[in-house]
Amino acid sequence: MNELVFFVDNGLIAGLIIGAIYALGAIGVTLIFGILRFAHFAHGDMMTMGAFISLIIAFMLKSAGVHGPFALVFIGMFPAMIITAAIAIGLDKIFYKPLREAGARPIVLVMASLGVTLMLQGVLRLFGGVSARNMFIDRPKEIFQFHLPGAHRPIVLTEPQVILFLFTAVTVIALHYFLTRTRLGKAMRAVSDNPDLARITGISTEHVVWATWIIGGALACAAGTLLSMDVALKPDLSWNILLPIFAATIVGGIGQPYGAIAGGFLVGLCESLSVFNWAILLRPIKPYLWFDIPSSLALVPTEYKLMVPFLILIIVLIYRPTGIFKGRVL
Amino acid sequence: MTQPAPSERKDHHSAAGWQRDVLAFSGLAIVILVLFLSQGAVYSVRVMVEAGCYALLALGLTIQWGYAGMFNIGIMGFLAAGAASSMLISFPANPKFWASPGPMLVALFIGKLFLCGIAIWVANKADQIGASRRLKGIIVTLVLIVSFVVISNHMASMSKEIESTSGWMGGLGLPVFFGWAVAGLVAAIIAWAVGKICLGLRSDYLAIATLGIAAIIKTFLKNADWLTRGTLTVSPLPWPVPTPADGHFFLARFYYLCVVVAIMVLLYLLLQRAYYAPWGRMMRAIRDNEDAAEAMGKDVTKRRLQIFVLGCIPMGVGGAMLIHFAQIYDPSAFIDLNYTFLIWVMVILGGAGNNRGAILGAVFVYIIWTASAPIALWLFHLAAYYGHEWVGWQPPSDLDSRALEMRVFVVGLAITLVLRYAPNGVLPEPRARH
Repeated sequence: MNELVFFVDNGLIAGLIIGAIYALGAIGVTLIFGILRFAHFAHGDMMTMGAFISLIIAFMLKSAGVHGPFALVFIGMFPAMIITAAIAIGLDKIFYKPLREAGARPIVLVMASLGVTLMLQGVLRLFGGVSARNMFIDRPKEIFQFHLPGAHRPIVLTEPQVILFLFTAVTVIALHYFLTRTRLGKAMRAVSDNPDLARITGISTEHVVWATWIIGGALACAAGTLLSMDVALKPDLSWNILLPIFAATIVGGIGQPYGAIAGGFLVGLCESLSVFNWAILLRPIKPYLWFDIPSSLALVPTEYKLMVPFLILIIVLIYRPTGIFKGRVL
Repeated sequence: MTQPAPSERKDHHSAAGWQRDVLAFSGLAIVILVLFLSQGAVYSVRVMVEAGCYALLALGLTIQWGYAGMFNIGIMGFLAAGAASSMLISFPANPKFWASPGPMLVALFIGKLFLCGIAIWVANKADQIGASRRLKGIIVTLVLIVSFVVISNHMASMSKEIESTSGWMGGLGLPVFFGWAVAGLVAAIIAWAVGKICLGLRSDYLAIATLGIAAIIKTFLKNADWLTRGTLTVSPLPWPVPTPADGHFFLARFYYLCVVVAIMVLLYLLLQRAYYAPWGRMMRAIRDNEDAAEAMGKDVTKRRLQIFVLGCIPMGVGGAMLIHFAQIYDPSAFIDLNYTFLIWVMVILGGAGNNRGAILGAVFVYIIWTASAPIALWLFHLAAYYGHEWVGWQPPSDLDSRALEMRVFVVGLAITLVLRYAPNGVLPEPRARH
């Protein structure tokens, strides 16, 4: 039973947490990929930027003497989401729109997004320094423990993890309603499916592009903040989070928000289960085994965790380029 | 693809072409002169050697991006792989390793690697012996997973054994030039594997894949203590010419510069020849209109693979040359900014698809890059001083490291500005003489 609890704590929950983060990031990437047709490399840094803005707002709230039922960063996250979305639109206006209108190839837009990535990184490190920061500035994070019968160790859930699960669930439902019930949501799906046809039917591309950046930016901010709340805010997150997010996007099928969610959880779970030491789960049946259990049965050593999303990505790219949810082939 | 292809964007008169070249290179000569006069010959030669190595890297990238439109943002990975293999070839041997059971384990490892490679290759041919597409997919995935587990298990036990008995493998003590050749070869082999998998796909995917490969290569080199001593670093790396330790500081660097320039000129001449040969014309045709080129009977995927591999060879060699010059192999120093994005700035600023442009961009940007560190520090100290004097601002204690982060911002800004206002670079691609 202890072993099972250990598995839930270190394998399952860890995988779901990081999967939810990937899913939130991948929704934005998949919409940008589907509607603007380029891989947005600056998404990882938009997440970091969002987390920084949340932290700044939290500090402002703290100095204003605000107290709430939630941690201050979580309250600060909502205005930060709006600010990040506005910055995303601003970045599009300054850097991507002129190139789009000049008829640049998608690959040039990808290069421009690399430039934006570096600029964001520079600004963040210039003002934020390079050290890791704790996001809980007003009080320590709460820890919930659930005791299972017959186990010494409890199942541990921390406050940011609970918030993250709830937030992801609400987001997914809201997104579903937005995409299937509202005019703008339907327009977005139409543009993603067939931009030329959508344009002929009179859909305002401008509004769709705006909506894309708003959703992408706001969710990136939320994902960045929640991830930083769970561990710590590190300014050099960028590349490490970008690869799994792209993997999740492509696994789910480009332009498919539901695919992005499924892909995010899939990649997150694969990642944490492949570095999980399975030998621990075998321990209870040790007396019945005819061989010795090796001390470590992890599929991948922890330092090579980065390889897992990458391998998933490669396998999907080769054998199912359209992803699970049959996205576009760009 | 209805977008205008790069070569038909604007007509550049060939008469104006050479004038532009003369002008641009005269400007570069002035910059170099200023560098020599202000910083002294010993330091300037060092900068020039590094700029020459970067020029090689930029030529490699211009082959891939300029000739064939392939978006490689994993230059750092190929460079690091080249550097590590050259270090392993040319660094003196570690006798303790050769006396231990280590060599046997390594041989076994190479054998297993080889067998797994064959298994994957066979699995990929499964459809030719009657397996359905779905079955083939399952077989290949299974073989991949099994090979991965086998290799990583062997690696874990091997590294434990080697690290406990002899520390690390050590080098082979062979000549440096041979090491550089192997660096190119290793980079080419990795490029072949990457290209084989990713080149049939859209260029965004190639970008993502190369970024991932670079990150994985770096992670491997950082953690593989048995092979490369990991973060403990290896030094001093040998030079192909007398090193400064042998006596004459300036002369040693000057000889090294000669070697670098000789290799650069050789590569330039080869590329120039290839560019105007039917082969170069075919490559540009594929870049500008893939469908038409395919309709004309060109094997697009094969050609793209060829050029991807060719472009990665100078990256491996250039990386090895840079590392040997610095005399220290340190896997933590391989960062994307210096070894991927800086090279991108060089190529798009100099003019993609133009070999002279790549060299010009590399040397110019590298000189600016080295000069920008002291300038950024000076500006920040100035700002801190006046900020303190006027408004009592207390600068953060890590001001110096933050000032250097400014260079990240500048590289990003340079990329976006050049793309927007000068997409063809200082020396645009010459209009082909058909």
